[in-house]
Amino acid sequence: MAMGYSDKVMDHFINPRNVGEIENPDGVGEVGNAKCGDIMKVYLRVEDGILIDVKFKTFGCASAIATSSMATELIKGKPVADALELTNRAVVEALDGLPAVKMHCSVLAEEAVRSAIKNYYDTHGIAYNPALFAGLDEEHDHGDLAEEV
Amino acid sequence: MRVYLDNAATTRISEAAKQAMTPFWDEIYGNPSSLHTFGQAASNALQLARESIAKNLNASPQEIYFTSGGSEADNQAIFSAARLGAKRGKKHLITSAIEHHAVLHPMMALRDGGFELTILPVQPETGFVRVDDLAAALRDDTALVSIMLANNEVGTIQPIAEMTALCRARKIPFHTDAVQAVGHIPVDVRALNADTLSLSGHKFHGPKGIGALYCRKGHPLQAYLLGGAQERNRRAGTENLPAIAGMAAALREAVDDIAETAAHMTSLRDQLIAGLRQIDRSHLNGDPMHRLPGNVNFCFEGIEGEALLLLLDTKGIAGSSGSACTSGSLEPSHVLLALGRPHEIAHGSLRLSLSRHTTQEEVDYTLAQIYGIVDYLRKMSPVWERIMAEKN
Repeated sequence: MAMGYSDKVMDHFINPRNVGEIENPDGVGEVGNAKCGDIMKVYLRVEDGILIDVKFKTFGCASAIATSSMATELIKGKPVADALELTNRAVVEALDGLPAVKMHCSVLAEEAVRSAIKNYYDTHGIAYNPALFAGLDEEHDHGDLAEEV
Repeated sequence: MRVYLDNAATTRISEAAKQAMTPFWDEIYGNPSSLHTFGQAASNALQLARESIAKNLNASPQEIYFTSGGSEADNQAIFSAARLGAKRGKKHLITSAIEHHAVLHPMMALRDGGFELTILPVQPETGFVRVDDLAAALRDDTALVSIMLANNEVGTIQPIAEMTALCRARKIPFHTDAVQAVGHIPVDVRALNADTLSLSGHKFHGPKGIGALYCRKGHPLQAYLLGGAQERNRRAGTENLPAIAGMAAALREAVDDIAETAAHMTSLRDQLIAGLRQIDRSHLNGDPMHRLPGNVNFCFEGIEGEALLLLLDTKGIAGSSGSACTSGSLEPSHVLLALGRPHEIAHGSLRLSLSRHTTQEEVDYTLAQIYGIVDYLRKMSPVWERIMAEKN
């Protein structure tokens, strides 16, 4: 087990689900920055309020790829409102845990999903409570994020 | 196929080294400090190992002090020079931005303790310390200059003899961390003209946990570990005789074959460099010529090093990376940053370090795997997508 990763992390890293792009997506969100070493981009296809397709592209380490893969798996086929409830903790649990130094990757995955949903709401004229997306546009900072978990 | 290309981290012990160690477990197991026959047999063996190591560095046996490894040797050289300097009011230290942490961290600890520290920059991409920069940084109160002979990450070999000449003329002590160089390129302490030099056994197919500090005859050296008269009062603790004998045998073997081994490794290294240069947006780190025979270090734009490393591992290939994720910190390698690589590019680094065991077949296989993995990771990278969009 490399770097203390679980078998599930390695599985989602080596065989990531939902890699790619969606042409003319209904929502797209990108978080992170290359300086810190990870960027995640999530694409959504929505029909009747359901996420019928989700894709991602990620620049980052094994856990960044694995958390992107798992986050997209967890929300695919779900109503948009349910996907908004996705937490980084749920992503970590579904992956059977992450090393402490990699927890920020799960936070990034949660934020990528929320950012894509916000973009979907914004581009489709869907009203929402801005508090739902509090903190999303703040500068990505490993130090603070690591404390959240 | 299993391919070990992380020889700068550590090497496989050689058969000669292993055999040289064997008598010291249950035959010659006395303490070299004991006066009885058991002890004297050990003491004689210790002396033979010291003579052998000295000979292979063009040093004299009294100039060799055994330590637990390269890190201890660096620490001892630095703290000794700093304390001796401070006694005479000299509290200025000079080092380079690409030193190993075994040099940088002691230097920073001394800075925290009241020393002034000058960290010399290096030339972009190649990593050379400019001799002129060193000349300009030297002061009357400089207690020590420490510049590594060859860099562990990017393999750059520094013009140490030019620097030591400057320092010797001004009577400023000079230490060089030669951990990556010894056994790989000719190291002649007289020609290098440094006052102290550190080396580590497991970097040249010797055992782990053993190293040595060369200290030029007449140059003062303080003990770092206290509590015994071993190593002529410079290093307390019963000598690790099996490891010392193993290191001596490994060094003898490495030096005997150095030209042949270096030619073999350089040829394979240059094939890897030429092959990896074929990759779009790849950057060689370090100087193409003045580099260790076994060192290859590249940055690939648009991908991250840990992912590359772990995918290579699934193909049986062991390398290393200077990305933040592999260092366990949030910062990419200080060496790559000092070479002028921006953070986002430094994250995508890969170091392959060869040994005399590396084969043509392994190099061909490794290149093919890297091409595939870099391509695969770039296809899923939003950073690569952006780089390509900006190009068009």
